[in-house]
Amino acid sequence: MFVAWFEEAARLVHRDRERLTRLDAAIGDADHGTNLDRGLTEVHKALTEWPPESPVQVLTSAGTALIRRVGGASGPLYGSVFRQMGKVLESPVTLAGFSAAFEEGVVAVERLGKAAPGDKTMVDALAPASRALALAVRDGVGVREAFEQAARAAAEGAEATIPMQARKGRASYLGERSIGHEDPGAASAALFMAALATVAP
Amino acid sequence: MKKLLNTADSMVEDALKGMAAAHPTLRIRDRVVYRADGPRQGKVGLVSGGGSGHEPLHAGFVGYGMLDAACPGEIFTSPVPDQIIEATRAVDGGAGVLHIVKNYTGDVLNFEMAAELAEDVEVASALVDDDVAVQDSLYTAGRRGTGATLFVEKIAGALAEEGVPLADVADVARAVDERSRSFGIALTSCTTPHAGKPTFALPETDVELGIGIHGEPGRARVPMAPARELAATAMDAVHGDLPLQGDLLVMVNGMGGTPLMELYVVFAEVAAYVKGKGARVSRSLVGNYVTSLDMQGFSVTVCRLDDTLTRLWDAPVDTPGLRW
Repeated sequence: MFVAWFEEAARLVHRDRERLTRLDAAIGDADHGTNLDRGLTEVHKALTEWPPESPVQVLTSAGTALIRRVGGASGPLYGSVFRQMGKVLESPVTLAGFSAAFEEGVVAVERLGKAAPGDKTMVDALAPASRALALAVRDGVGVREAFEQAARAAAEGAEATIPMQARKGRASYLGERSIGHEDPGAASAALFMAALATVAP
Repeated sequence: MKKLLNTADSMVEDALKGMAAAHPTLRIRDRVVYRADGPRQGKVGLVSGGGSGHEPLHAGFVGYGMLDAACPGEIFTSPVPDQIIEATRAVDGGAGVLHIVKNYTGDVLNFEMAAELAEDVEVASALVDDDVAVQDSLYTAGRRGTGATLFVEKIAGALAEEGVPLADVADVARAVDERSRSFGIALTSCTTPHAGKPTFALPETDVELGIGIHGEPGRARVPMAPARELAATAMDAVHGDLPLQGDLLVMVNGMGGTPLMELYVVFAEVAAYVKGKGARVSRSLVGNYVTSLDMQGFSVTVCRLDDTLTRLWDAPVDTPGLRW
């Protein structure tokens, strides 16, 4: 499932790369779609060249490829989510374990990017997704439904960035002019979560 | 979009091939541009880097009296840690390495990671954040690094040639940044080769105030005005943040698509403005140095000089982009 997650995310980002770049053009520097598309191609290469033997290896290898090959802010930020998940994920993988690892991944990206919810960044999609996963674990719902709830929460979180004023990243230079645009990082984070829902067992 | 390129994906690589072919003083390997004659034992190494599309910054400033290596990323995208680690190790002549980093989230993250991972080399870091268009507050990523990057690279590079320790080179780099301020105005957006169309739409009648160097929109849009008024707008912003006084190093920098003639028109107004405030243009630079692809417009950068900084600015430099 973990390899499939990255393959599906790559497909979605490739499909939507022009939309992501357009969102970035509005409040950033018009390269988010291109960069992430290139990054996930590198992830695909890494996962094919050295086939991972465990979910932990998939996460670590994908995270490392994103950090080492993408550049910009999104490479290290996404890379740190997956590397941190890889560090703490316990095997055998359960929904509760996945949820806990994902939460740690989100904490890692908040720390690295010094961003909090409401700053108009990828955290605004990732944090609600993490909360949805934790609630799903608490309520004892199935894996597929849990991932779908996380994907919905991420999509809603991304949409909720539209009226926000950016406080981190390049969009923050625009001040109030960043209001009225969806954050491209939150939009791509929502794609990662949508991919997760699609490949759920 | 009409651009001189083979494919958008190969543009950075193709341009680097051209640099290598044009400048035998450079050695280009694995996406890092080095001085062909380095490293020199006992000299602090200077490494900078950032997204491509700002040429001649940074690779054009590799050479005697300036950088030892530059790490070009994709267009407007910071380099990756691997490039920076490789460059850091390669230029270390035993006296440590200074990273000169423009204050953008991506650049800062990737240089920080590289500094951590290149643990066998003593690394210091100097952040450039001179753009007064961005308020330095909790509500932004902090001020951007723009025109002052050239000043920092030139002056720190000159001091490094004198064989002083890493801490001194880092101190002078930070001092130049603290004494420098910039403001930019765009007449047009720029077109990144991957997007194929201008990053933002700017009508013939308007200009964009407080732009950065990545085609990102500025703080405000106002009607087009004579050069005198645009220069005054930029200088008011600079003077309001760091009052103009004493001997100044003043650069009027083109954003890539601006004719030199227009830059001189702006420089005349900037010089008159400086004089009007009772300060003096002691050293100057006019041209396209810190660019944003094909954007039309200018930025002005002012640095308060002292005797040491003036001496280091005047020291010989021999790079593709700056030479005297």
